[in-house]
Amino acid sequence: MTTRIFGSGIKRREDPRLITGQTRYTDDFQLPGMVYMVVVRSPHAHARITSIDISAAKASPGVVAVFTGQDVPLPGVPCAWLVPGSDLKTPAHPVLAKDTVRYVGDGVAIVIATNRYLAQDAADLVQVSYDVLPAVVNPEDATKDGAPLVHDDVPNNIAFRWVASSGDEGVDNAFNEAAASGVVVQERIVQQRLLPTAMEPRSAVAQWDQFAEELTVYSTSQNPHIARFILSALTGVPEHKLRVIAPEVGGGFGSKIPVYPDEALTAWASMKLGVPVKWTETRSENYQVTIHGRDHIEYVEMAATNEGKITGIRGKVYAGMGAYLSTAAPGIPTILHGLMYSGAYTIPNIRCESIGVMTNTAPVDAYRGAGRPEATFLVERLVDRLAAKLNMDPVELRRKNLIPPFENGHNVAIGLTYDSGNYEGALNKLLSIVDYDGFRREQAAARQQGRLLGIGVTTYSEICGLGPSQVAGAVGFQGGLWESAIVRVSPAGKVQAMIGASPHGQGEETTFAQIISDELGFPVEDIEIVHGDTDRTPMGWGSYGSRTTPVSGAALVLAARKVKEKARAMAAHLLEASVDDIDYADGKFMVRGSPDKFKTIQDATLMATLAWNLPAGMDPGMEASQFYDPPNFAYPFGAHAAIVEIDPETGTVALQRYVAVDDCGPQINPMIVEGQIHGGIVQGVGQALCEGVVYDENGQLLTGTMMDYAMPRADMFPTFELDSTVTPSPHHPIGVKGIGETGTIASTPTIYNAVMDALRPLGIEQIEMPLTAPRVWKAIQDARAKGGA
Amino acid sequence: MKVTVTVNGKRYERDIDPRMLLVHFLREELGLTGTNIGCDTSQCGACTVHLDGKSLKSCTCLAAQADGREVTTIEGLAQGDQLHPMQQAFWEKHGLQCGYCTPGMIMATTAFLKTNPHPTEEEIRHALEGNMCRCTGYQNIVAAVKTASERM
Repeated sequence: MTTRIFGSGIKRREDPRLITGQTRYTDDFQLPGMVYMVVVRSPHAHARITSIDISAAKASPGVVAVFTGQDVPLPGVPCAWLVPGSDLKTPAHPVLAKDTVRYVGDGVAIVIATNRYLAQDAADLVQVSYDVLPAVVNPEDATKDGAPLVHDDVPNNIAFRWVASSGDEGVDNAFNEAAASGVVVQERIVQQRLLPTAMEPRSAVAQWDQFAEELTVYSTSQNPHIARFILSALTGVPEHKLRVIAPEVGGGFGSKIPVYPDEALTAWASMKLGVPVKWTETRSENYQVTIHGRDHIEYVEMAATNEGKITGIRGKVYAGMGAYLSTAAPGIPTILHGLMYSGAYTIPNIRCESIGVMTNTAPVDAYRGAGRPEATFLVERLVDRLAAKLNMDPVELRRKNLIPPFENGHNVAIGLTYDSGNYEGALNKLLSIVDYDGFRREQAAARQQGRLLGIGVTTYSEICGLGPSQVAGAVGFQGGLWESAIVRVSPAGKVQAMIGASPHGQGEETTFAQIISDELGFPVEDIEIVHGDTDRTPMGWGSYGSRTTPVSGAALVLAARKVKEKARAMAAHLLEASVDDIDYADGKFMVRGSPDKFKTIQDATLMATLAWNLPAGMDPGMEASQFYDPPNFAYPFGAHAAIVEIDPETGTVALQRYVAVDDCGPQINPMIVEGQIHGGIVQGVGQALCEGVVYDENGQLLTGTMMDYAMPRADMFPTFELDSTVTPSPHHPIGVKGIGETGTIASTPTIYNAVMDALRPLGIEQIEMPLTAPRVWKAIQDARAKGGA
Repeated sequence: MKVTVTVNGKRYERDIDPRMLLVHFLREELGLTGTNIGCDTSQCGACTVHLDGKSLKSCTCLAAQADGREVTTIEGLAQGDQLHPMQQAFWEKHGLQCGYCTPGMIMATTAFLKTNPHPTEEEIRHALEGNMCRCTGYQNIVAAVKTASERM
């Protein structure tokens, strides 16, 4: 019988270098002769630059060079998701502002010196004079007539207006009918801005080899091949002379997808000066200029019959884009948001209007979940509002509307085809772990005592594994979304697998080795997964959108299977048997019926590599390359529940239990899957309870350090209770779906609805996130003043 | 100015800028890049080392303040190939993902166990409030510290 390592929670192979401090993140690289770059940034959200005096900075000790926007000939940073049919404006995004700054942190000059202290000293001596202009920070206000314009060529600050609809007439009819003889619930939701806060700040080290005319850039990137593509366009260095290395990368959460001005400036400075240049942002810079997430103001409503059958959902979203359109920004509140309004439910009429708005704030782009957390939140929020209005149990209302189980495709009204799902299965498992009915009894008793105890339940489906390239093209993504892999067996029987995707904490050096081990029979120790270096790996579009395992993993499986078939043919030749008579188990190819007559895959590899005796028509070597373009997205799903208790005297929300049942198909390594879910839950709870970017009305960032931005801490959480169901993806070679974002997608509405459930006796229906103690306390006070319980 | 600092048992003498932070001294003067910088304002704890056996955030300490004292970094925790029980527990319990906060987490929690050798889960969670992790959701870090405390 074949032993499988798939499904086994083996320890990660990445860890020894990480727990001993032996790894190398980008800022760890010290190259001979290296100098340090600091970016001089605008302290104003919106201003005209009247003069820049660099003389004092140039004379400062250790300074190698100072450059302003006038000196740097690079073209602007491109936006790469040009959503069609939306009248998209793509205002120029210069690498350094020449005449106008548009947000606090906009770069105006770079200073390069022999060490980072001297570079910062000199940066402080760059004298920039500004004429301050009025700023706008709220994406809804920014669209009103008379609002300050962030870009002169973007009227009303509207960068795009995008509509997805199952049919406007049907949507209108559904809402008209519900208004007349059913129910409609509405809410204005503020999806507050969040800071991705990868623990490793962004960094770049560039080295120009003037003799070979080759540029090497070490970069904190989730997608080195895309980075090379864009850096090549910006610097003019052709791609075959440009190597991007993403060494160890300390988390990304979407914030390391884009190419920013800073990396391009680092590369340019190295070329200009002929020495290696390092740039590393401080945390304050990270909070000012590295992309933010969310920032929606949404007007959403749901229509239903009096029996609780949902008949329609629609929303109008003002999506803050910040001062410039970041790499993938327009795709987030449109394609990855509006198309998910059906959630896990059968909803016949769906419409989303998304308005992308420029504001004098940091650019907004993909942050863990990217559009889907926002969609799931509003759907789940409206379902709970509907249940309250109908006086129905929110779980029963969900059950009434869940899409029935399906194994191979289900079309939702907005046009997507979900791959597989069993939502009620996940929900049932969840409710039994939670003891939902028991909790409701406990809650009733607690309410008698004046305690504020609540439960939130979410059933979700999400879209990941991005995605078919044809769809990418149709929705305006300026790239493909396939992956490729090379599996190579060395003569001595070790495996190197090169992938284009670029894991940065998700553990694919372990899980992908498990995949190959199962396919080819090599022990995991003999398999090396190579990633994160454009010169060592084949092309791929990177690690984001929970796509590494669904897409890169599929390429890897298929490449390994090609190797296996070649090895089988080689073994058959050596055994003087027909290929059709060869059985395989545990790395051995055996003649059927004579299991003692076998060749190992190592035997086959050695002879294929020596090539002394090959079957007719076989090329030497034991290696295969595979491109993989997925036929569909993957749709993980699940059900989450949270139980909270609120202290009525302080407004503090205490999270008592958190239970998650997720389905990502078969799990390659359950330990790693659970780790992804834990982290995702905490990020989502962070949004619900503590995180939020604050700009003042002048566009000053008030949450500019970790002292001011409330990151979730260990003592906020109980031990999470996790379980799973297994519904394979019908289109993936090993049935797997992504799991990187589900926790974040499901947990924010789960917590929010739990808090609202706890506050229901007081008649409180809404509090803006984050649900901090002062906000909850104030809502309780206001409710009591109005005569609530 | 001249400083003499013993790091991981080895004596180093260096002539440095008096304002140099200890973390930059470790990373750039000594090449010990295992200690990371995450926030610059002593919230995140990625830069935690031991100074004379007590945990310290090295991004808010001058190298000059370490003059004549002993520093232990993540590179100095294992005994040869023998991992420290805390390192071993982080590995076994999957207490890390991207690994960036990990050196600081390990240094902070090894120092914590000296003050409280057998903590409850609640005490561990409280002790971690000065160390941020964005990947793990803390659960497996708590499990790792618990496991290490049972073995040490």
